[in-house]
Amino acid sequence: MNRIIEKSHFSEHVVKLVVEAPEVAKARKPGHFVIVRTGQGGERIPLTIADADVAAGTITLVVQEVGVSTRKICALEPGDCFNDLVGPLGRATAVGKREGTVLCCGGGVGVAPLLPIIKAFKEAGNRVVSVLAARNKDLIILQEEVARYSDEVLIMTDDGSAGRKGLVTAGVEEVIQREHVAEVVAIGPAVMMKFVALLTKKYEVPTICSLNTIMVDGTGMCGACRVHVGGKLRFVCVDGPEFDAHQVDFDEMISRMKAYDPYTN
Amino acid sequence: MTDRMEKNEGRDAAWRRELRDAMPAKERTAIPRAVMPMLPGEFRITNNDEVNQGLSEEQAVLEATRCLDCPTPTCIEGCPVNIAIPDFIKNIQRRDLPEAARILRKTSALPAVCGRVCPQERQCESRCIYNKMKKAPVAIGYLERFAADAERDSADTKIPEIVDNGIRVAVAGSGPAGLSFAGDMRRRGFDVDVFEALHEIGGVLKYGIPEFRLPNSVVDAELDTLRAMGVRFHANTIIGKTLSYDDLLNMGFRGIFVASGAGLPRFMGIPGEELSGVMSSNEYLTRINLMGAGRPGYDTPVLKGRRVAVIGGGNTAMDSVRTARRMGAERAMIIYRRSEAEMPARIEEIAHAREEGVEFLTLHNPVEYIGDDKGRVCGVRLQRMELGEPDASGRRSFVPVEGDIVTLDIDEAIVSVGVSPNPLIPDSIDGLNVTNRGTIAVDEAMQSSMPLIFAGGDIVRGGATVILAMGDGRKAAASMAEKLLADA
Repeated sequence: MNRIIEKSHFSEHVVKLVVEAPEVAKARKPGHFVIVRTGQGGERIPLTIADADVAAGTITLVVQEVGVSTRKICALEPGDCFNDLVGPLGRATAVGKREGTVLCCGGGVGVAPLLPIIKAFKEAGNRVVSVLAARNKDLIILQEEVARYSDEVLIMTDDGSAGRKGLVTAGVEEVIQREHVAEVVAIGPAVMMKFVALLTKKYEVPTICSLNTIMVDGTGMCGACRVHVGGKLRFVCVDGPEFDAHQVDFDEMISRMKAYDPYTN
Repeated sequence: MTDRMEKNEGRDAAWRRELRDAMPAKERTAIPRAVMPMLPGEFRITNNDEVNQGLSEEQAVLEATRCLDCPTPTCIEGCPVNIAIPDFIKNIQRRDLPEAARILRKTSALPAVCGRVCPQERQCESRCIYNKMKKAPVAIGYLERFAADAERDSADTKIPEIVDNGIRVAVAGSGPAGLSFAGDMRRRGFDVDVFEALHEIGGVLKYGIPEFRLPNSVVDAELDTLRAMGVRFHANTIIGKTLSYDDLLNMGFRGIFVASGAGLPRFMGIPGEELSGVMSSNEYLTRINLMGAGRPGYDTPVLKGRRVAVIGGGNTAMDSVRTARRMGAERAMIIYRRSEAEMPARIEEIAHAREEGVEFLTLHNPVEYIGDDKGRVCGVRLQRMELGEPDASGRRSFVPVEGDIVTLDIDEAIVSVGVSPNPLIPDSIDGLNVTNRGTIAVDEAMQSSMPLIFAGGDIVRGGATVILAMGDGRKAAASMAEKLLADA
């Protein structure tokens, strides 16, 4: 049982939870995720770790309500517990000094798992430019934290209620055109990552994305998370969650993510 | 041979002689083999109840009477853990059931499990003297299950006496290999902690084998016995991830047994395999067995196909197809590229599947899945096969019949063509030698390239049975104990 220590709302349907998990806090690296389970009959849900505090023995998770299980998670209050929490899972982000700008772009709650990666690239001595995108200003999260570790932050909203009006790709393209970008990291909805990948492929900028496919066990057993990357079958839970975005078959991934739509709500 | 003789030393006891003399062999061999009472097929598919109901005491005692108590019992050689088979059987015959259970526990941490899921027809029972007489062998598996169940029902499980030696050992994985190792090490006095990645203890016994073949209550009773012996279990802990190798050493562990099991499901690499509704048997069974999908109060969804194709001919394929019938499939079909004679599944499982209305499309192999406009599977194209010469596996090979392709309407496909070893531990411990198949390389003592790490079960074998995994656990326990006690 892992206790919720702190809870805050980023928006009506997006919640930040600080959770007791001392071993995970110690072992995790940027890019890692955990699996949580809420309630006796709960589903196993993968969530990328947004932050960790080794001294306090806690990790931070950012959750968006999209279905039965995330609704249960978002209803948890400080003092409540996850029935189960396991991790850290997946491969950590390959962070290092790059010959040029590292451009980090996050869409919606994708900004949460992006934050530790931004932090790590900054600490590795890179110039980091971040592009945060959402439908409107209420859905832009963690702007202050991202700004703390970025040399520059661009905000893009669909309706122009914050930053500039436009899609994430407009912001990314602007940065690529004006300075030498060595690597792009894109985390967000599959459709967003797909279009960022299409754009950066045009400019031949290496791009990493973090996939949030369906998982059951999350430990390399069920194969629900499988996706073709560069024509090869890969398992997001153990081979990922990060892959070369130019090689990922996003259309396949997007189609497979709907596999259980008639069964959940 | 020496092992076999040791295992049969009780044969000279006066009571065993009396039993042998009480009835001539001719009379005993005339007794027909016990028939396992079971639920009728049409009823079974309406629920998850255990199919085999177990022998009554009268049936068991009569079956035990059939055993000739051979001077050199070959059945023991057929058992991967060399259970003292005649000894426990003759105790059933004299109705000393606690003693029968005690004998089983000496060599097996999970007798109630083995009595249910072991392929006895290929092991102990295949070596029974009755086969030579062209008669059905003694039902050793039924009797093992009977003795183990009787012990559990009596609520009088004997906890072996343990003399602690204070040496800590860790186990990664709580499936059959890990549990068997844990039980053996604890009996030897070691302080044992078992770490499990999932939220339930039991590994494949929980996530894989369905309730109708192995009820969870049976597994839980075995786990309770281990707990009562002092074995500690930790769910949600992944060795190599949550706790590193160095963490374990710092915690005071002097030996580590890696039994992390099978992992990545294999797919066939044919077009359409990425369609929604095509999944591995691991995914299908885990959703239902571990996550409770399809039952009220459980959040995990599962596809309830009306026409379900299960690809493969092993026990996992049978578990999947029989589960599909129970989930309401009108047509549940086994698609297998060879003929029924070559199927790796247990004969009993194939028979049970057939009784439950499962259709068998043998000599068929999928070549392509067909999807609808929503990306969901709606059909499969099958290549017809014919049998050829025996191949490297000793089974007859399969040869495509040129141009003979049939299309079948389906709305769910479950791929059950094997698994690769779980990559988590091999990937995360530097210096651990791994074979080109991804299994952990070990020597005859089950020791890996790292002196403190031993390994066994599917992480070493790639994919095997419960009993072979348990045999590895026993072997690793014996060699690790010897090493640690010599160092102490």
